[in-house]
Amino acid sequence: MINIPSTLKISFRALRVNKMRSALTMLGIIIGVSAVIAMLAVGKGASQKIADQIASIGSNLLIILPGSTSAGGVRMGAGTQPTLTMGDTEAILREAPAVADVAPDHGGVAQVVYGNQNWATGIRGTTPNFLNVREWQLASGRVFTEQEVKSGAKVCLLGQTVVDNLFGDIDPIGQIVRIKKVPFTVIGVLAPKGQSLTGADQDDIILVPITVAQRQLFGTPFPGMVRIIHVKAKSSEDLPDAERQITQLLRQRHRIGPKQENDFTVRNLTQVMQAREESQRVTSLLLGAIASVSLIVGGIGIMNIMLVSVTERTREIGIRMAVGARTWDIRLQFIIEALTLSLIGGMIGIIIGVGGSKMFSVFAEWPTIISPFYVVLAFCFSGLVGIFFGFYPAYKASLLDPIDALRYE
Amino acid sequence: MPLIDVQQITKVYQLGDVSVKALCAISLKIENGEFIAIMGPSGSGKSTFMNIIGCLDKPTSGRYLFDGSDVGSLGRDELAAIRNKKIGFVFQGFNLLPRTSALENVELPMLYNGVTARERMQRAMSSLKSVGLEGRERHFSNQLSGGQQQRVAVARALVNNAPVILADEPTGNLDTKTSAEIMELFTKLNAEANITIILITHEADIAGYSRRIIKFRDGCIINDERGKNI
Ligand SMILES: Nc1ncnc2c1ncn2[C@@H]1O[C@H](COP(=O)(O)OP(=O)(O)OP(=O)(O)O)[C@@H](O)[C@H]1O
Ligand SMILES: [Mg+2]
Repeated sequence: MINIPSTLKISFRALRVNKMRSALTMLGIIIGVSAVIAMLAVGKGASQKIADQIASIGSNLLIILPGSTSAGGVRMGAGTQPTLTMGDTEAILREAPAVADVAPDHGGVAQVVYGNQNWATGIRGTTPNFLNVREWQLASGRVFTEQEVKSGAKVCLLGQTVVDNLFGDIDPIGQIVRIKKVPFTVIGVLAPKGQSLTGADQDDIILVPITVAQRQLFGTPFPGMVRIIHVKAKSSEDLPDAERQITQLLRQRHRIGPKQENDFTVRNLTQVMQAREESQRVTSLLLGAIASVSLIVGGIGIMNIMLVSVTERTREIGIRMAVGARTWDIRLQFIIEALTLSLIGGMIGIIIGVGGSKMFSVFAEWPTIISPFYVVLAFCFSGLVGIFFGFYPAYKASLLDPIDALRYE
Repeated sequence: MPLIDVQQITKVYQLGDVSVKALCAISLKIENGEFIAIMGPSGSGKSTFMNIIGCLDKPTSGRYLFDGSDVGSLGRDELAAIRNKKIGFVFQGFNLLPRTSALENVELPMLYNGVTARERMQRAMSSLKSVGLEGRERHFSNQLSGGQQQRVAVARALVNNAPVILADEPTGNLDTKTSAEIMELFTKLNAEANITIILITHEADIAGYSRRIIKFRDGCIINDERGKNI
């Protein structure tokens, strides 16, 4: 029967006697725990951000860019030569069974004017399918129709950022804006989507019928040319099929010989970003692991101080043994002391780690997510470190000879 | 069966090339309920002997039976249990915990035998009272005079109600009056509770309280007188 409350009391007292030393010893654990928590919080925030972005660009998405990815080992850069057409867009929807929906995209950056306000933004000429492909909702108004696309109606949908900058509090629906001096009627506002993967504002956008973009706003080297084709596969399992079917179809349509390179590139955005999310996750775990090394260094600090403490308190140990302290009474006393150091350090570390992550969120505008699981894990780990590194000094203390310890000066 | 049965024990300290013979083949039997004074000049091996019979130190050779069990064959924790429950030890140098109150110093032996906090406190208080330290319970050991520290050490030795009290010069720092009080206390414990008392002293009047006087010189027993007094 070991007397835990009094052992605790003895340990607390011993730690209080050397406040400065106890504090410095704890510092190692504090830094370790707060680093582990902050690293994991920042890392988890980053993966969450990417996951949100994946959701925001729409799932099961492929994009087709003109130009080959690689030509004879030299990267030409996708999107350099205009090779995609409206015909390709329609053919993909018609002939690739794994594809659910397709939207062409042709546009550029242009100045938009409303009254005396003006704003430079990305203009995308597309079809109503675009909203379905990119899983974009309308905040208000309506989408332009197939008919309006065919007839080249001068109507547009505004992204939230454009609305904020041009209209302020005014309801934009029904108002006239001028894009490159061409007047357009605003018929709808897109629901906000936030930042893209690269940090660009996805809401800084105007959608217009593709026909207008091609003929009146940006022009094309040949009729019906499009910059990008957005494709939505039927499901994530269908993505590889969709990619293969599209590649086959476009090679056929573009009359590319068996030895020739593709003159287009199919990119699986979801896959790219999931890979990025995965690598982010691994990175944050790695950072956490590195941070936990500092916890172990903190543990070595505890061991060091406990060894000093055992030597300093040899007489005290002798007195305790002389009046009947057994091996485990002495061991537990020092283990509990080490454990107290590491757990208090752990607790302060949690406070600093959580507080630091929150501050980082605010100042760096970077989302951080504190997972209670990791907090508990870091705390338990600091406790384990305390027990592990406290054991050897405690073991040493318990093996002292009572009479030698009493005579120690 | 004698309570303490020492058979041919020697103690040799090895200091580099020189070996100091602190005890030379001592044999001695002490029965339950005896009141013994050990006397002898400084350096004659009294403390060394006391440490051995107190199960703190081991003899270089020889056998020591405490209450029938061979101390040489006992493990650390068994020895600790004997020191805790069977023996109350007053050290020559007091050996109090520094930066610790008189009360907590006296409570110390009870930390290791499962006495509840409340009872620890009560027993420590009454033990301190019996050595005349009422009102000094909260003083730190280093805030007490030498004599007061010595009395805290005596209180600590009494607190576990051990059947044997070993006291190494328990009155060395006390004035005549306090010495007499402590000795009355020992006498009372011996007479009423049949507690075995073995103490070391240089003073004849202190030895006068005992019923057996053992004299040491150069590590040997030179005289063992019984039945004087009372
Ligand atoms: N740890 C030690 N190392 C070496 N020699 C020691 C040790 N302890 C005691 N001695 C020697 O053993 C002898 C006996 O010492 P001890 O302490 O038993 O004497 P004592 O009779 O108690 O003396 P005093 O009356 O001064 O307390 C002395 O010569 C001393 O120098
Ligand atoms: Mg002595």
